Amino acid sequence: MTTKPEENSKSPVPEAPGCNTASKDAILQVRGLRKWYPVNKAVTFFGRDIIGKTDLLKAVDDVSFDVAIGETFGLVGESGCGKTTTGKLILQLEKPNAGNIFFEGEDVSKLSSAGMRNYRSSVQAVFQDPWASLNPRMRVNEIVGEPLSIVTTMTKEQIRKKVGELLEEVGLNEYQANFFPHEFSGGQRQRIGIARALALNPKLIILDEPVSALDVSIRAQIMNLLVDLQDEHNLAYILIAHNLATVRYMCHATAVMYLGVIQEMGETEELFNNPQHIYTNALMSAALPSHPDIDRDEIVLPGEVVSPINPPPGDVFQSRSPLDVDPKHKYASTRPPLVQVGKKDHWVVDTPWSIAPENMKVKLEAR
Amino acid sequence: MTTKSKAVKVKQTTTSGKSKQSSTKTTSKVSDFGRKTVRDEIVLSVKDLQTQFTTKWGTVKAVDGISFELKKGETLGIVGESGSGKSVTSLSLMRLVPSPPGHIVGGEVILNGRDLLKISEKDMTQVRGGEISLILQDPMTALNPCFSIENQVGEGIRIHQGLRGKTLFQKIVDALKSVRIPSAHQRAKDYPHQLSGGMRQRVVGAIGISSNPSVIIADEPTTSLDVTIQGAYLRLLKQIQEETGVGIIFITHDFGIVAKMCDRVAVMYAGRIVESADVRTIFNNPLHEYTKALIESVPELEQKTGRLKQIKGQPPALWDLPEGDSFAPRSPLKFSEKDAKIRPELVEVTKDHFVQLSRCSVKDFNKYSKLVKY
Repeated sequence: MTTKPEENSKSPVPEAPGCNTASKDAILQVRGLRKWYPVNKAVTFFGRDIIGKTDLLKAVDDVSFDVAIGETFGLVGESGCGKTTTGKLILQLEKPNAGNIFFEGEDVSKLSSAGMRNYRSSVQAVFQDPWASLNPRMRVNEIVGEPLSIVTTMTKEQIRKKVGELLEEVGLNEYQANFFPHEFSGGQRQRIGIARALALNPKLIILDEPVSALDVSIRAQIMNLLVDLQDEHNLAYILIAHNLATVRYMCHATAVMYLGVIQEMGETEELFNNPQHIYTNALMSAALPSHPDIDRDEIVLPGEVVSPINPPPGDVFQSRSPLDVDPKHKYASTRPPLVQVGKKDHWVVDTPWSIAPENMKVKLEAR
Repeated sequence: MTTKSKAVKVKQTTTSGKSKQSSTKTTSKVSDFGRKTVRDEIVLSVKDLQTQFTTKWGTVKAVDGISFELKKGETLGIVGESGSGKSVTSLSLMRLVPSPPGHIVGGEVILNGRDLLKISEKDMTQVRGGEISLILQDPMTALNPCFSIENQVGEGIRIHQGLRGKTLFQKIVDALKSVRIPSAHQRAKDYPHQLSGGMRQRVVGAIGISSNPSVIIADEPTTSLDVTIQGAYLRLLKQIQEETGVGIIFITHDFGIVAKMCDRVAVMYAGRIVESADVRTIFNNPLHEYTKALIESVPELEQKTGRLKQIKGQPPALWDLPEGDSFAPRSPLKFSEKDAKIRPELVEVTKDHFVQLSRCSVKDFNKYSKLVKY
């Protein structure tokens, strides 16, 4: 699954399991992405800290996926599973240790500075906390207009006009451009964040938990706005979320991550109707029901989420599996690849202890 | 407010014949040492509670005359968005509203036959953490990083039960064991930063239940937890409730938690209860437009949801509430301005189903119009 960097940036994107390069028009292709952080292990010696050997925190470990034009790709998992780090790597806020990101077929790491500028304006982000992601000293006009004044050659008057249009587009009023962020409610602030992300006509927006900090009654407004904007501008989204219901509502394709590794990936409806991996089933069984008559049996995984520092060399899920793990099996010491389920767009890590047996399969039934 | 149907729900988990009797309407005074099931014994009864804050924008009626009852072993969900007054309600029950600027200006909070609003501060200290305890939202801030788990769990036991030394430590370990903390002896010596988020939330839970309270108020206890940990924690709360028969008030904005945990639901909007009923009635037959909208605006996990229904507008500012029906500006229904000016009353429309009847926010108003004078 690991890929050797090619010489030419126009070189074909390597194949990877779960990534169907031929059939879809992908806007973003991630191949073998890896982010390992060195962690210093402190050793105390007569009350003094001596830096011992360096451990590796494997935040993202060999992740490959495709994002199709105009579609939403969901990354789900518990906190610490590496979904946010994946987003940061795509935004070039972090440099990957290995692996490549291909944007419209071009390797991002080999872009010229002009190409990089183009990439940065094509890929934007909306963050989780609208209270923290807007500078309280800037007026909305400046916040939304800043990318325009940096990247484009628009005059102040043109920028003001464009900001007005953007605000109208996300459901705010033009006159509010002169307000400061504190004058808005949470939902309105998130709209400002979306307007800022839209300013440079991006092709891909990374949504990092865009609704989880908002009030229930406001969440639907923002989700509907995002869906409408996607239809209108043919935007691709990467939705990073922990709420499965949100993912099912918004995403066309979904990947379930655990400890920096994609465990199961596929077309969203197929994934929710026929979850294969025990971890996916456990997440779905623990999700809150939408009606009091729905009473799912919860699948409880033994132990707690394992630390991503020096994870097991083989399958990362082996320590959480309720099934017996054969320590002599080859996947106990080597990383298992994603394997296709049937002939569908559905891929799963296939080891003897990771595929849910019938009694651990969750049937999500609407009431 | 006797809930017959709710009693049945919790009863399913028990096989004793006694519980069958408890679902009848007669008030059961038989105490079988707190062995679960909803009895018709009311532990907490709140009548017309009003809490106000004096601010520079004027008087904010954060809680504006709410009433509810909680039975033994029952879980009541108080649902609403931020600013609806649900957290102030919980603080008012504990008499922890910061004063100034806050004042409890009226009403009654009767816990085990005593009005908590009338007793002295000294007596109230005995009640807090004793008969009634609070589990807070964020385990990161609810625990003091400077004190060990032992110290923080033990504080309540020491004060309320006067235990010292080995017996105290044994009680602490028991409390930690009851929230299923593994190797409780060692964990008791740990400090909060040594525990994971889920474990910390369990410690907060252990503090809550350590003194065998009659009522636990859980204020969004799982919002900062991951799904799987949340599931385990909710299951644990249910088990504890079955073991001890404690009444739980669940304050949340998540209808998923309500569906999973609660027997009864009270939906709050702008400081007032707009609808309250048992949980199945709320989900199957909501009457108030706000309740309907809250349920329908959440995507379903169980099937592909079509376009979400959204509630227009923002939650109202409490210092500038519209006169009359405060939900009128956000209501999708058609109504005249005169209707919006009428302050609606909470009326029992069917048995145990209370709705704030207003032409602005109840679609079938005409069906029930006989029940009100306006």
